[in-house]
Amino acid sequence: MADAARLRTPATTAAVQRALEGHTRPWSEYIFQGLLFMALLISLGFLLWLLGDIFIRSLPVWTDRGVGSFVGSNLSSDPLKAGIAQGLFGSIVLMGIVVVLVLPIGIAAAIYLEEYATDNAVTRLLNTTVRNLAGVPAVVYGLLGLAVFVAIMKPVDGLNNGRNLLAGGLTLAIVVLPIVIITAAEALRSVPKPIREAGFGVGATKWEVVRSHVLPYAAPGIFTGVILTIARAFGETAPLLLVGAAAAGFGQAANATVFERVFGPYTALPTTIFSWARQPQEEFKALTAAAIVVLLAVVLIINAIAIILRNRYERRW
Amino acid sequence: MTASQHAPLTIGDLRGSRRRRQRELIIRSAFFLAAATAVLISLLIVLTLIGEAISFITRVDPAALISGSWRPRADSYDLASLIAGTLIIAGIAMLVAAPLGLGAAIFLAEYATPRVRRTIKPILEILAAIPSVVLGFFTLTVLSPQVIDRFCPGSTPVFNMAAAGVAVGILITPLVASIAEDAMYAVPNSLREASYGLGARKRMTSLRVVFPAAVSGIVAALIVGLSRAIGETMIVALVAGGVGGAVFNLNPCLPGQTMTAAMTAQAIGSDQAAGGLAYSSLFFVGFVLFVMTLALNLISERFVRRIRSAY
Repeated sequence: MADAARLRTPATTAAVQRALEGHTRPWSEYIFQGLLFMALLISLGFLLWLLGDIFIRSLPVWTDRGVGSFVGSNLSSDPLKAGIAQGLFGSIVLMGIVVVLVLPIGIAAAIYLEEYATDNAVTRLLNTTVRNLAGVPAVVYGLLGLAVFVAIMKPVDGLNNGRNLLAGGLTLAIVVLPIVIITAAEALRSVPKPIREAGFGVGATKWEVVRSHVLPYAAPGIFTGVILTIARAFGETAPLLLVGAAAAGFGQAANATVFERVFGPYTALPTTIFSWARQPQEEFKALTAAAIVVLLAVVLIINAIAIILRNRYERRW
Repeated sequence: MTASQHAPLTIGDLRGSRRRRQRELIIRSAFFLAAATAVLISLLIVLTLIGEAISFITRVDPAALISGSWRPRADSYDLASLIAGTLIIAGIAMLVAAPLGLGAAIFLAEYATPRVRRTIKPILEILAAIPSVVLGFFTLTVLSPQVIDRFCPGSTPVFNMAAAGVAVGILITPLVASIAEDAMYAVPNSLREASYGLGARKRMTSLRVVFPAAVSGIVAALIVGLSRAIGETMIVALVAGGVGGAVFNLNPCLPGQTMTAAMTAQAIGSDQAAGGLAYSSLFFVGFVLFVMTLALNLISERFVRRIRSAY
């Protein structure tokens, strides 16, 4: 009681009255909100500046050379002739390998972890391993690719000492595998229990329930995750450098057979960008920017598709 | 047909046919093998890294490890200069990403209208997907010469750790913002309403109620960001100026080298014959990097688990 009496000073009475009538918000509120808005603006602004700058920088390539000449030409030390044909070919083959390997293994692993695994020590070990693998820097997977995949291919593939597209694709596949498992598991987890129970109720086995009840509902989520992962693998550079994707120009004949392209020296779009960005000549800046525009177009279109898919098929239970 | 003419129903009758059970077992084992590949991969990583790292440690001249510079071609392997470079660049990145990312996250979770939030959130996610080699090129041509060099007068132009750090910070900002926003958005509205009911304004509610309630998710966002900054490779490889090797230094306006970029710098340098000391040093650096990021991931997982059990 004494405390309450002590609080009732003219100053506190006035403050309480002001707060209750509450017309003017103090300036500090507006300044705080302004600062937060600035933070958002700066983080978005920088990246929009990046997109705009690179696009403008690439314009001379599109107007002077045309899309066909740039996309259809091989690497060259002459900036007027250099193009991204080999890089694009390499990236497409790499993505093919990644999808073929990661799609079945990633989804199967997610199904095991979500549908089959009981809560025991083995399951916890699997879950922790997958989550931690997702946080390992991609460049470390490059070392693994170098020590394991390239070493295995070396005796078989004499064209480039085992540094071939297959080794690169395997490396990229293990980079993204944990991410696919995590997103697929999340999609499976979002399918409610009663759906499964309905299946068990009519005598279906576990696999029958998974196949006919769980997977159809989880499919949009799983495929969104896989699509986003492919976009990420498309732009991944560091592990490819370690497993020997050419970072400088390489002398592959223009009429190389598909066999030579897959098992010989190779490059990918991001490694092409990396090597061009390091060229001191000013002409290569426009080329680099143009190659980045192609890379970003692919990555951003894939992302946009995934987001549209997610919004269209997203289901609230 | 009357039930009395048959033997009583047993568990065996309900099990289904033998073939069906066998098929279930095969499918289950196949799924288990798929999940086990994850453990296999991490075993492979640890074994290859440790194997070559030990081979490096046993063969390297101890004096080369404290020689004050990282130049594998000159047989000088000063790990301290790489760790210094890594920590300086990651530190600068966090100085950029923490205020920007958390500010953006508070704005989106607490101040933005639902419509603004619905539009900005996917944009943030898309921006988080920009490959880092792209940001590296932008830093090289625009950010470093036009912005960073003004703050670093008279030092090494374009190629320095400050430029790399700021660029890595910009790269991880959307990631930090996205995870932190999820954490704050998940705080139940009843907490906010209670705060308003006591007469607190929006700023007080955001900072003293929502922020502490979401703190484990926010810390996790920062740790994930830090771990990404330490593992970031391409920006550093392009901008930090350590391709030929790096001297130990703590001045961000000078060139430096991180552990990640040291690995790519060697890989693109020349064909390293397997078994050479420089080749083994790659794995030694990789092992140190792996242990650092693993520790960060384990810590962040702790924090994430706390947020899950909270509400």
